Amino acid sequence: MNDLAIAAGIMGGLGLFFGVLLAVASRLLKVPEDPRLDVLEGMLPGTNCGACGQPGCRGFAEALLEGRSAPSGCTVSSPTGVEKIAGFLGVAAGERVVRVARLHCAGGRAQAEQIAAYEGFANCRAASVVAGGGKGCAWGCLGLGDCEVACTFDAIAMNDNGLPVVDVAKCTACGDCVDACPRDLFEILPLSQPLLVQCKAPLAGDAARELCRVACDACGRCAQDAPEGVIRMVDNLPVFDPFTPAELGPEVTFRCPTGAIQWVPRGQFTAVRADRGFEEELT
Amino acid sequence: MSLLGLATFRHGVHPDEHKEATEDLRIERMPFVRSYVLPLGQHGGKPAKPVVRVGQSVLRGELIAAADGFVSTCLHAPVDGRVTAIDRRRHPNGALVEAIEIEADAFSPQTVREGEPLDVDVMPREQFVAEVQRAGLVGLGGAAFPAHVKYALPEGRKVRELVINGCECEPYLTCDHRTMVERPAAVVRGVRILARQLGVERSTIGVEANKPDAVEVLRAAIGDDPQVRVVPLEVKYPQGAEKMLIKAIFGVEVPAGKLPLDIEMVVNNVGTMASLADWFDRRVPLIERVVTVAGPGIERPANLLVPVGTPVGEVLRQAGGLSQDTREVVMGGPMMGQSLASLDVPVLKGTSGLLAFTAQETAHPNEYACLKCGRCLDACANFLNPSRLARLSKAGRHAELEQAFVMDCMECGACSFACPSNIPIVQLIRASKSAIRSRRARS
Repeated sequence: MNDLAIAAGIMGGLGLFFGVLLAVASRLLKVPEDPRLDVLEGMLPGTNCGACGQPGCRGFAEALLEGRSAPSGCTVSSPTGVEKIAGFLGVAAGERVVRVARLHCAGGRAQAEQIAAYEGFANCRAASVVAGGGKGCAWGCLGLGDCEVACTFDAIAMNDNGLPVVDVAKCTACGDCVDACPRDLFEILPLSQPLLVQCKAPLAGDAARELCRVACDACGRCAQDAPEGVIRMVDNLPVFDPFTPAELGPEVTFRCPTGAIQWVPRGQFTAVRADRGFEEELT
Repeated sequence: MSLLGLATFRHGVHPDEHKEATEDLRIERMPFVRSYVLPLGQHGGKPAKPVVRVGQSVLRGELIAAADGFVSTCLHAPVDGRVTAIDRRRHPNGALVEAIEIEADAFSPQTVREGEPLDVDVMPREQFVAEVQRAGLVGLGGAAFPAHVKYALPEGRKVRELVINGCECEPYLTCDHRTMVERPAAVVRGVRILARQLGVERSTIGVEANKPDAVEVLRAAIGDDPQVRVVPLEVKYPQGAEKMLIKAIFGVEVPAGKLPLDIEMVVNNVGTMASLADWFDRRVPLIERVVTVAGPGIERPANLLVPVGTPVGEVLRQAGGLSQDTREVVMGGPMMGQSLASLDVPVLKGTSGLLAFTAQETAHPNEYACLKCGRCLDACANFLNPSRLARLSKAGRHAELEQAFVMDCMECGACSFACPSNIPIVQLIRASKSAIRSRRARS
């Protein structure tokens, strides 16, 4: 009985001692924290997507308070949400560049040649290591939807043609799909630049067209039709800077023989069925 | 030690051997075909740089692409003919890569031009390494790693044991077996050349016990030389992996993330040894190799001596063609080989086999939940936890996968083979490794 009391006494004493120590330490060593931090974090969406370039929403709130970021840096908040944050902090909201994920491929089942049937489990990454997934084009979309799974915001859905349709209203440009794609086909681009090259195959002429009906065959007509020097042909693909609002218009796409370069003011592709897409192009 | 008293490593699996169709067939020469495609990158290192122009005539064994850097090796014309293109061609891995296309000269006798033997005994090490690179020699066991890289020892390193891999643990394949049986003198000669150059006192050829004829002829070729010995090993997969082979013969482990050289050993395939002897004694570079063509979809299984660059379709035709019910053609062995998406791809220096499978072997049985039975753990020769790696892979948790040593997995497939629930364990792991590698490359 006595032993029990001693043990309980020691444990209780230790508990009391450390309790007092922690209580004193928390008062003396307190780091003052800006009370606005918690409020700001509450105003942010809390998705921790990382699209702003900060480690999560709290990191972004800290960056806002230190003036390192502008409220518009959060691509997930609605415009009114951004205004609210700007009003709360008393700063300008900043210019909001709407960016979305764009796919550099349009070769779905109806367009691109399939040379073999992949029968493993449905995952682009797994298919890409088995003889390139059986797709003729070694650069094109495998269509098994790794990006659809990776998207936190439910903004990507595979259509019947085996291509991912990005909902530009939902896309927050977080870049998860860019990481998920084994063929590196996604790029985060400003929605304000509708000119888009939907091909990544560095092939020219028949070699490209044999693999896919909508491949870029490096004819260079788009480069000729654009103002001098705005579009260059690099590795058999047209290249331009999407961030400068250059004087590019839809007319550069008019002479494209395959439709690899497209004028896309909103989302790419539609949820068309593969067979219907095929008929439309035949007629 | 096993019940039979033969040495082996711990864990591993016992797939059906299926070697009976080709193990007693003599190596036949593949007739020359019309055109050959030689991808500049035949191995993991840097691709070779072409030294020929389109339209140029080349002779059999002539250099057509030179090594570009140290982890790169030379490429030679497999036939007398003319270069018709240097352009992108399909590689067995599905990619479209730079390759040299050669049209064979239909009127050439295609004789091999042999040269005076090199006196390898007095050759300095640097010259020996450069010669091996000039021969275009790669490991013929399947991974096709440039051979000379293994022989260029860093400053202060020495080699204690030379280990020669004659296991051929993959089912169906018998190309190494036939090389040992038909060319024991060349194999042993290669071993002696290499042993002398590396300053090794003792060389060990490990051969699985299902090839008693190979053990016998190799012992006869060695004679009473105490410096070379043949060790029969228990039949088990993946014994041909270099770390497993070292464990089987010497009972020591190569630490994770290290190479055999870190414990003063060098491992080479028997086929590589024969090709090494060919270069130093006859001056014939690596322009052809033995390929086992077998499997239920092959009409006339064979061991063929195939020039590098021969289209797979032509090799299959030589073996009687594919049966009607063939559904999959695999390059390499059934466990680690690569399924082909096209038969218009060439045989590479590392192609050990071409196997055709029918619906019966390629069926995908239903996948069930993990039973936590632990058979994959007992199968894994690297002592990883494949079940856990598979679960983490499904969840895409790459940071945790790296902590669980996923990068130490050699993708031998023993776990998938052992799994009673048909979980595609190694396929999941392979996909995750690819994702981890591309993320590393990006950051």
